[in-house]
Amino acid sequence: MELFFQQLTNGLAVGAIYALIALGYTMVYGVLKLINFAHGDLFTIGAYLGLTLLTSMALTEHIGPFLGVSVLAIMVMGLVAVIGALLDRLAYRPLRESPRLSAVVSALGASIFFQNTVMLIYGARFQVYPQNILPKTAINIFGLYVPLIRILILLASIVMMGALYFFIQKTKVGTAIRAAAIDQGAARLMGIDVNRVILMVFLLGPAMGGLAGLMVGLYYGQINFTMGWVYGLKAFTAAILGGIGNIPGAMVGGILLGVIEAMGAAYISIAWKDAIAFCVLILILIFRPTGLLGERVAEKV
Amino acid sequence: MIERRNAIYIAVAIVLAIVPAFLNAYWVDVLNSIGIYAILALSLNIIVGHAGLFNLGHAAFYAIGAYTAAIMNTSFGIPVLWLLPLCAFTAGLFALIVARPIIHLRGDYLCIVTIGVGEIVRIALINNVFGITGGANGIFGIDRPTLFGLTIRSPYQFFYLIWIFAGITIFLFHLLEYSRFGRALNYLREDEVAAEGSGINIAHYKLACFVVGAAWAGMVGNIYAAKMTIISPESYSFWESVLMFTIVILGGSGSIPGVLLGAFLIIGLPEIFREFANARMLIFGAAMVVMMIFRTQGLLPSRPRTYDLTKVGAGEGSS
Repeated sequence: MELFFQQLTNGLAVGAIYALIALGYTMVYGVLKLINFAHGDLFTIGAYLGLTLLTSMALTEHIGPFLGVSVLAIMVMGLVAVIGALLDRLAYRPLRESPRLSAVVSALGASIFFQNTVMLIYGARFQVYPQNILPKTAINIFGLYVPLIRILILLASIVMMGALYFFIQKTKVGTAIRAAAIDQGAARLMGIDVNRVILMVFLLGPAMGGLAGLMVGLYYGQINFTMGWVYGLKAFTAAILGGIGNIPGAMVGGILLGVIEAMGAAYISIAWKDAIAFCVLILILIFRPTGLLGERVAEKV
Repeated sequence: MIERRNAIYIAVAIVLAIVPAFLNAYWVDVLNSIGIYAILALSLNIIVGHAGLFNLGHAAFYAIGAYTAAIMNTSFGIPVLWLLPLCAFTAGLFALIVARPIIHLRGDYLCIVTIGVGEIVRIALINNVFGITGGANGIFGIDRPTLFGLTIRSPYQFFYLIWIFAGITIFLFHLLEYSRFGRALNYLREDEVAAEGSGINIAHYKLACFVVGAAWAGMVGNIYAAKMTIISPESYSFWESVLMFTIVILGGSGSIPGVLLGAFLIIGLPEIFREFANARMLIFGAAMVVMMIFRTQGLLPSRPRTYDLTKVGAGEGSS
């Protein structure tokens, strides 16, 4: 039972990270029908920027751990959002009217570019996050000791996802994003500046991805320039699992994938951990071809 | 038009036939890699280019072929090249089994599932599935191929083996492109609903193109295994599938000359940029983006079919 709950909380924390990354995939897909393969690398950049800011500014020493990490998170999110917007402007916007697969190759190229940029700047070896940023205490929940960081990751992710959901559902800009996702042409006729909507999506998605990168750095303590591939693939899986283009779907898919993986690693085999996630995905798609919550994408027939 | 293209093919074939005499073993080996990726990309081109199915897990079929060759050769001593049909069969059968339940998935769902299949195969190989794949170290000690009593050993000899196989592939795939089968695939790529309305059995054709593409990749796997004499799961990672996919799209999906040019650029250019050392992949990534922006249809896009009406008599077009 102890193992079960430890794996459950671990899975929830990892799943929350997947969900944050998956949001970026699903929003971009919703509006552009593009699989942004470079999104995983924006996540990596978030992790590395977090490391640089953490070591160079020593914020946590000046203003305390929690406030320091919060300020750091905001800075990382802002920087990665800018990189995301630049990525769209340079690599995707010239390809708006071209075949979809061309944009996918452009995305793959951008991914290779980012990955190697990070490698050239920081080196190919694992980089270690400074220890003791956050107090390494465990919190007693009904007799179970859960590390504080897991709870913080889960809480922060839920807050971010809630804020994003509110933003998409309740604000004017969010409504414009939803409208552009349903029908770009019609949205344009209604006076929505679709390019601004896309810019918004490329600010929000990468910001979430960058935050997830920082969280992984703080949670696992070490980062590598190739980790974006793995996390990106998992998050994309999560987005498809929940139904791509569907924002609550990405959240559910992410959390579910994290928990399934953690349970699979604990009870089936740790070596098959990644394969289990994909097997579950394939099984779900065989029975529900558009994901668990269904997709919200207008399809040309 | 057709004549001019044939002339170009013949000229390229002649250049390729004599060029090893002027190159050292290293560059011949680069050409061998280009040849292997060219055939792989041509086999993927049937799935991605002609049928428009989003397959990012082609390395799985390549791996099945290579491991079939390696296991049968090291365990039973069957000469490698004799195993070509068996490699094609196992890879094709695997494609049939995995593609059958997922073939109805649309676009990006199919994409992630093929990625998933590729990863599952790789992980299964690493975990020494059935105790026959040798785990993360792979299988070593695969025999050199022999052809008419000649053991193929040096990069120069492999050059001719690989490129003759590539030539046969190009010829057969060219016929396939202009056959009823090729036309059906193109039709379902352009408009699935209309194709089905015209009596094309969509699921059947999609499945068939997966099997053909996979079987061909399986045979390439065989040659790769024979060339390297040692294979390991890392040779069949997601990255390999990405490379093949990029070759097809960047070269010009559905176009055989485009795919060949794509293979030369994608596999050859990083070798030429080797002096930039670490920065070469960075340049490569940026070049992919730039090339897609300036040539969105690929470098040599496939041209719509043209029929010379003066040569087509009554009823001949219906064959």
